Amino acid sequence: MTHLDVELKRLKEEKIEMFDLVISQLSKAKTAFLTMDKALAREVNFNEKRVNALELKIDKDCENIFALFNPVAIDLRFVLAVLKINSNLERIGDIADGISRYVAETETAFDPELLQVTRLEEMWSTAIEMLSDVQRAFDADDAKLSRGVFKKDDILDEVNSNANDVIEHYIKSHPDKIAQALHIVSTIRKLERTGDQTKNISEEIIFFLEAKVLKHLSEKAKSE
Amino acid sequence: MNKIESKNVHLYYGDFHALKGISMSIQENTVTALIGPSGCGKSTYLRLFNRMNDLIDNVRIEGDILLDGRDIYKKNIGMRIDELRKKVGMVFQKPNPFPKTIFENVAYGLRVNGIDHRSFIEERVETSLRQAALWEEVKDKLKKSAFELSGGQQQRLCIARALAIEPSVLLMDEPASALDPISTSKIEELIYELKTKYTIIIVTHNMQQAGRVSDRTAFFYLGDLIEYDDTPVIFTNPKDIRTQSYVTGRFG
Repeated sequence: MTHLDVELKRLKEEKIEMFDLVISQLSKAKTAFLTMDKALAREVNFNEKRVNALELKIDKDCENIFALFNPVAIDLRFVLAVLKINSNLERIGDIADGISRYVAETETAFDPELLQVTRLEEMWSTAIEMLSDVQRAFDADDAKLSRGVFKKDDILDEVNSNANDVIEHYIKSHPDKIAQALHIVSTIRKLERTGDQTKNISEEIIFFLEAKVLKHLSEKAKSE
Repeated sequence: MNKIESKNVHLYYGDFHALKGISMSIQENTVTALIGPSGCGKSTYLRLFNRMNDLIDNVRIEGDILLDGRDIYKKNIGMRIDELRKKVGMVFQKPNPFPKTIFENVAYGLRVNGIDHRSFIEERVETSLRQAALWEEVKDKLKKSAFELSGGQQQRLCIARALAIEPSVLLMDEPASALDPISTSKIEELIYELKTKYTIIIVTHNMQQAGRVSDRTAFFYLGDLIEYDDTPVIFTNPKDIRTQSYVTGRFG
């Protein structure tokens, strides 16, 4: 194993550690949100510092590898991909933190009917599943698994695009719960964003493995 | 336009098959880097273009090499060797100035070609030294021995010497491998500037150097041309796994 191989292996391990942490943040934020668990929400807020620290560490390691090893070909694509995945993961971490912050500051639990009509729980689970898929794809160099998330993202898009109608209808019949309902809309928008970030991660994995640039292509072309 | 073209070129040193059917076209005013592990045939291939392999015993060459569309190996119908050597200049790994003054080193090629017009020679020496980015450093000591120059300056002097006879092709065999980083970067800058007037082929073991200076890169391995493509492609997305192993430093 060359010195560069050792550095790349270490970088990959750090990246997987960050995936683990962000997936855990998103899962805890989900539980905290659905059960109004304030202690868990505060734990997510506390751990956000770790996500940020890992982001900085990985940025620095990538910078060092560029400067000291001048990676080329697949090595270059790997380091570039890690650098970009780093920003995407950090954003997802921010979203988990933001959602948990609201939970920590709110007293009333969400109306179960509201959660049910908006399909929020399903959306949460899909977002977490997508992120777990790209982590496994990254770990196992599996482009096929990585491509799978483009299809799963359809669920997030569907929930998001139905949200306005569903919420409008709910507000009309529950005028006393407008604040809650609006907050659910904002959470749906945030989860939809995590789907986009996860798709960006998937694109980076495919770029690294196959040297194909998927950005700005149609969803159909990306899945092929 | 293709400046140089080789078609199915084989070269044997006795029984050893050193180049195995190399076909490659090189465009005018470009820099082409030849890379590959030691013994892969890249320097042998480079030396074909000014017929330096002819001097080696038991060498056998097959195939065609065309310069400006004319075969450089076919006697009678092809290009004569003295004409070839005027068109193709060469710079070697170690600076090899002649034991003469700086001025006479650059003037040498002109004198052996029968030019003795004083002001013409002076003008050409200055132009060549300027092109080699050496003029400012030596203009006040042209009568001094070339050996008084530093290694990097000597190498630029050798480039000036090669340029003085106004070749159209410049062959460089690891021209910066014996130089410090500052001299190396001067040579690389020079290559970049010279390509507007010359077609340059450079053999290098330094991957980053190939990336920095060349437009096209050819990867040789065990006498075969494995991959030949635009330099950014070779260094970001090579098609052959052997090229990838070599450029990423995992060969063997």
